Amino acid sequence: MTAFSIDRSELDSLFQALKKRGYEVVGPTLQDQAIVYDYIESSAELPVGMSDEQEAGSYRLKKRSDGALFAYAVGPHAWKKFLHPSHQRLWTVKKQKGDLQFISEKPNSIRYAFIGVRACDIAAMQVQDKVFLSGTEKNYFYKELRENTFIVGVNCSHAVSTCFCTSMQTGPKLLSGFDLSLTELIENERHIFLLKCGSKKGEEVLQELSYDQAKPAEQEAAQKLIENTSQQINKNLDVSNIQELFYQNYEHSHWEDVAERCLSCANCTMVCPTCFCTTVEDVSDLSGDHSERWQKWDSCFSLDFSYTHGTGPRRSSIKSRYRQWLTHKLATWIDQFGSSGCVGCGRCITWCPVGIDLTQEVAALRGIQK
Amino acid sequence: MNHLMPHPAEIIEKRQENENTYTFRLRFCEEEVQRHYRFLPGQFNMLYAFGVGEVPITLVSDPMDTEFLDHTIRIVGNVTQALARLHVGDKLGLRGPFGSAWPLDKAQGHDVLVLTGGLGCAPSMGAIRYIMRHRSSYGKLAILHGVKAPSDLIYQKKFLEWGKIPNTEVFLSADQADRTWKHKVGLVTHLLDQVNFDAGRVLVMMCGPEIMMRFAVKECLVKGIQADAIYLALERNMKCALGFCGHCQLGPQFICKDGPVLCYDKIKNIFDIKEV
Amino acid sequence: MSHSSTPKLAVWKFASCDGCQLSLLDCEDELLAISEKLEIAHFLEASRLQIAGPYDLSLVEGSITTAQDLEKIQKIRQQSKYLVCIGACATSGGIQALRNFQDVKEFSSAVYAKPHYIETLKTSTSIASHVLVDFELQGCPINKKQLIEVILAFLQQRQPNIPSYSVCVECKQAGKVCVMVASGTPCLGPVTHAGCGAVCPAYHRGCYACYGPMESPNTQALSRRWQDLGASRKDLVRVFRTFNAYANDFHKISEFHEKKEK
Repeated sequence: MTAFSIDRSELDSLFQALKKRGYEVVGPTLQDQAIVYDYIESSAELPVGMSDEQEAGSYRLKKRSDGALFAYAVGPHAWKKFLHPSHQRLWTVKKQKGDLQFISEKPNSIRYAFIGVRACDIAAMQVQDKVFLSGTEKNYFYKELRENTFIVGVNCSHAVSTCFCTSMQTGPKLLSGFDLSLTELIENERHIFLLKCGSKKGEEVLQELSYDQAKPAEQEAAQKLIENTSQQINKNLDVSNIQELFYQNYEHSHWEDVAERCLSCANCTMVCPTCFCTTVEDVSDLSGDHSERWQKWDSCFSLDFSYTHGTGPRRSSIKSRYRQWLTHKLATWIDQFGSSGCVGCGRCITWCPVGIDLTQEVAALRGIQK
Repeated sequence: MNHLMPHPAEIIEKRQENENTYTFRLRFCEEEVQRHYRFLPGQFNMLYAFGVGEVPITLVSDPMDTEFLDHTIRIVGNVTQALARLHVGDKLGLRGPFGSAWPLDKAQGHDVLVLTGGLGCAPSMGAIRYIMRHRSSYGKLAILHGVKAPSDLIYQKKFLEWGKIPNTEVFLSADQADRTWKHKVGLVTHLLDQVNFDAGRVLVMMCGPEIMMRFAVKECLVKGIQADAIYLALERNMKCALGFCGHCQLGPQFICKDGPVLCYDKIKNIFDIKEV
Repeated sequence: MSHSSTPKLAVWKFASCDGCQLSLLDCEDELLAISEKLEIAHFLEASRLQIAGPYDLSLVEGSITTAQDLEKIQKIRQQSKYLVCIGACATSGGIQALRNFQDVKEFSSAVYAKPHYIETLKTSTSIASHVLVDFELQGCPINKKQLIEVILAFLQQRQPNIPSYSVCVECKQAGKVCVMVASGTPCLGPVTHAGCGAVCPAYHRGCYACYGPMESPNTQALSRRWQDLGASRKDLVRVFRTFNAYANDFHKISEFHEKKEK
């Protein structure tokens, strides 16, 4: 892959080029004391000069002096909020003279351009691709949104204590799944981006920017930056024989221990970029001749999730719900889709209100106390 | 295509099986859809009651019958209640078929033991009808069906008919029998002792409450039947039937697409564990 | 308009502030449509008209605090095919259940000049503590959209879409940032029943648990987190003793902290 370099100021040309092509630009921006993903107009709306510190159950913003645009780790939002939205109408039905007429909701034709997608989050999209697009039946709503999305990836220059992409082999370096990739370099008052194209679409967009061939020194600096990030990551999830570990420990006493701490609040599943579970609601008005079916994010932590008539909830204890989540994420997911359901982004650790750390739970199952 | 959207279907016939159980004969309103619809015994459809919701219901009709689709429904919740309120000529939503089928190809040349409890007899209907149609391809057929009370017994006429067919045995049992009951008394699992079969030649198809199946599987294993010769039809909460909603998981299995019919061998490590 | 075949609705009030009944009156857009589908047979807040029972749907607001209440709720139950409790008072005893932790006689003598005129029970309790309840809509006050949903579900004979998971789920569905994680603001969202739409976290405040306990609240685990964030036992007693103080899970945890404090 040829590397190019663009100046910091060219980032707005990138925004313009994307908008010209009909993309809605979405990227990281500051909101509610966190870096979230939202619609942005220009690079000024990126979290300029912001960074973050994250620990289990804690997230804090921190200012930087260098005006960096991407010097933070992933925040509370996952890109699934756009590709697999929390609320989706599936269809509408009309009742006329006793006849039912079903009308399908059309997939959202919006074309997103995601700015600043991290390697772990691209891996997460690839995981959801397997869930929604690898079977005989494709997810009608996800497919179109996903295919229409333009991805500008960013190599991570900063890791936090909850990151463990290195264990899951998903990052911090971008390897595939992007249209353009960026590496932010700030040296001696010079603020540039190293840029690579990952697709034909990416190459076309590049042509609208003013760029140079990247110099060997710049490429070396980029390489070093990613290596440094890699070295900052000290959280580790041992995935060796992980399926056997879970399948042999369904009745391990440690599940009781987690259940003491777990709130069953479902935050981990909400922030997880691969968690895909949904429920449906039938919504109708008083007229009685029209009804809609809506899909909403659901969670295996909710009691209704496993409810069947006659038996009630199949997983009524918190223990069984946590066990289901973690076993699915790290083990049965591999049986189902050929890869782990975890990409090592660390969101479930940071955003667990009581700071439950899945890497430590796995270690405990292995009999290793940290 | 939006596979989550039902097609309208009409109720052609509605038969009350017992106090809270009905069999609906359905037909898609769109001829095109009806013409192309094919299913295998054991597969299910999602039935939609207008404004109320969807439920997974196994087809009970003969898969060779391409004119109508029969479903037996017991009133257990709001959707089944709403469906039960419908009459002949009313419309509902239908999509399917979904899921795995009974191993009828694998069972060819084997003896077949169908062991069901309660409304679990409904999902086995398609398999029995199929075997009856291809009777010479199968060895001995034993149908063991248990109910809690005599009033829970449905398809009685069919059971008695089948019992008269050569090389076919039907055993019915009620846990709590009354004076009207002319069959066996006790748990369905005890019926296993009444049947003579060659454990190495038999294939078991089982459906009913999970507690019953747990005991029945143990009995079968004790009698020397191999784990890979036992098939179970399972039930879980289902919203999409396509493997997208996540609700129906049992370990690595999505009951909606890997099941509802699963080989015991695939779930033997988790089937006895609570709350999996 | 003839109401002969339309189901009859009754709205009842016990010890409460009337706020939940007001939610029904506040449903301006839908109220007219509702009145076409349901005959409003008893709703004193809205009309003096009182049509005798039986009633198809009874909405009950308020808690049981007097001997008369005890009798009245039995009669209402007998006359109601489907009984729905609305609001924290009816579902948990309400804020007035704070009396349950103290001596009512003492209060009465402190407040009233002639306390012997006051006839009241020692406790304020939920409707379900006395009669069978078909559905409970939690919240202080209830969410009017949820109330409409419950009425619609009744009319359409289906399960109301009222999830009993935590406030966190609706908070995250709406894309809000967790205030506890991002700013160390103590929040009761993880143990609180969804329904409000996570109003407080959306305004950067912690949840006050107006909607009462969620389906499986781990109040112990959340309490430990609050303590890490600086809350004392006394604080914890107070936060669990608000609008839903006598809801089982909140009641238990506040007593636990109270005992530990002493």
